[in-house]
Amino acid sequence: MTTIIHPDQLARAPEAKSSSAWRGRGLSDRAIAWLFVAPTIALLLAINIFPLIWMIRLSFTSLNLSMSYLPLRFVGLDNFQDILTDEDVWARLQTTARFVICSVALQVIVGFGLALLINRRFRGHSFWTTIILLPMMLSPAVVGNFWTLLFQPQIGPFNYLVSLFTGVPPSSFSMTGEVALAPWTIVLVDTWMWAPYVMLICLAGLRSIPDYIYEAAEVDRASPWRQFWSITLPMTVPFLMLAVLFRAIENFKMFDMVNLLTSGGPGSTTELVSITLKRAAFEKWRTGYSSALAIILFVTVFGAANIYVKALNRVKQR
Amino acid sequence: MTARSTTTAHSIVEATPRAKTIAGTLVILYAVISILPLLWIAATAFKSQSDAIAYPPKVIFQPTLEGYVNLFTVRTRQTPDFIASLPPAATWYDKLVRQHDMVIAGPSKVVPRFINSLIIGFGSTFLAVFLGTLAAYAFSRFKIPLADDLLFFILSTRMMPPVAVAIPIYLMYRQLNLTDTRLGMILLYTAVNVSLAVWLLKGFIDEIPREYEEAALVDGYTRLQALRKVVLPQAVTGIAATAIFCLIFSWNEYAFAVLLTSGEAQTMPPFIPFIIGEGGQDWPAVAAATTLFVVPIVLFTILLRKHLLRGITFGAVRK
Repeated sequence: MTTIIHPDQLARAPEAKSSSAWRGRGLSDRAIAWLFVAPTIALLLAINIFPLIWMIRLSFTSLNLSMSYLPLRFVGLDNFQDILTDEDVWARLQTTARFVICSVALQVIVGFGLALLINRRFRGHSFWTTIILLPMMLSPAVVGNFWTLLFQPQIGPFNYLVSLFTGVPPSSFSMTGEVALAPWTIVLVDTWMWAPYVMLICLAGLRSIPDYIYEAAEVDRASPWRQFWSITLPMTVPFLMLAVLFRAIENFKMFDMVNLLTSGGPGSTTELVSITLKRAAFEKWRTGYSSALAIILFVTVFGAANIYVKALNRVKQR
Repeated sequence: MTARSTTTAHSIVEATPRAKTIAGTLVILYAVISILPLLWIAATAFKSQSDAIAYPPKVIFQPTLEGYVNLFTVRTRQTPDFIASLPPAATWYDKLVRQHDMVIAGPSKVVPRFINSLIIGFGSTFLAVFLGTLAAYAFSRFKIPLADDLLFFILSTRMMPPVAVAIPIYLMYRQLNLTDTRLGMILLYTAVNVSLAVWLLKGFIDEIPREYEEAALVDGYTRLQALRKVVLPQAVTGIAATAIFCLIFSWNEYAFAVLLTSGEAQTMPPFIPFIIGEGGQDWPAVAAATTLFVVPIVLFTILLRKHLLRGITFGAVRK
């Protein structure tokens, strides 16, 4: 963007006075600063922090909204104890961890691979990059919903294509209905959606490497393999880290796509911890218990967010 | 010797034509495969009920607007005798529905849901960008005590799992009579979007040289005049990109919408999966709704492609 300020425009400034006079007029900078920041902070306090404090209070109670006529009873740390000693909750956390690790790992492999290929700058690469980016801009809920059509055992094109290539009858397996397949199904759809995200960030990393480093390596007769390991990879790692941390946090919170694709099933094979939380809070109405679980998740995400921001600052400094 | 010199001329910096061809082929292959699900949905929207559930899945079919008609209408099944007794169909869609022994009983809920999505989307975007611009300007230009901590606080509100945030919001909105209202959803989405808006806009405003404003101040503008007449015109592109990101978030959001709305204020994402016909999901209608819902996103993605990187990393990575 070029500058739009024209000298005439500045000259037409109202009542142009001596250069020191402007400080006296209007609001002071300090007042403006606070006036400008306050509404945002106030909104976040009202919509995020006040409810959060309320929820911390509730986490020490046995409140159940389906029995809200009961008097509010404080139970101390009972809810936290129940959650942390509940094998089911740990199983859901493990399911979530497996989902996060597998999907992020796949996204890194696919995304980084694509970024390396796109960085070759073949003809039309920017058009195809935009096409590849489309899935990540879609609504995860709508994505989860339409993949259920694609995965229909009888009529879905996915099973049909698999049977075309492998000869397995298309109605003999169900991607969303089988214990062995469903965890991979959510990983597959998540990767379809978010590998482009990793790709885009890695591409920025690759493009940040100045050409002269490769030229110097070329002069030193470094093999392409050697150049990749000692230049390309190390210089892209900070960007990759950023992508990994962001995806890990997002996938830890994952609710929408999986809720519509498998709704946690079959059984509880794809029940991520957000889905457990939704069931406890909005189906069983165990508000006290689910508040405690929500706080445990908060603390986890917050810890991760801290690391994220530190990594983010490190990338920014480059 | 000649072979050697060509490889040097085409180092990693500039790939060889062969390497470019291979890379291009692989990328195009991936792009085509990854876009297939979307094309399949767009095609399903033009299938008849029976073509949509045919085995093997039909790639070539007689296109029909049944899916779109079903999406926008509620129909009742009637006997052929009754339909024969009716006056001739007035419109093409009446005719289409009657072919299946049905009569249109009225409009479906899709239009109100679409309107909800638009009102909540634009309302929250406007508020978030307005608040975000002010805060971003202040963070960019003034010394604010604990600025880094405040910025981290603003960002951290976005890190919370939506289902967890929804629990206290649900209770609070019940007290305030904001459950299932557009205002409630606008406020909530504004709070979520404002964090993105502040971070993105701070980046954009940081890039505008301070000298312009200072020159304006010297010439007698007040701070507010300088902001309005010097900074904002320069930040227009950034503000527009930020607005589109906020709009996309509100448009796509599902967790809050499904937990906090049920009718009046319901948006499209929780509505689409529940478009049902006789016996299960009406796939052509669902596909039609999905297509209408996704087309604006595709257009916005193309518009935004230069700023995508910034948007998805909260302004951390710029290009």
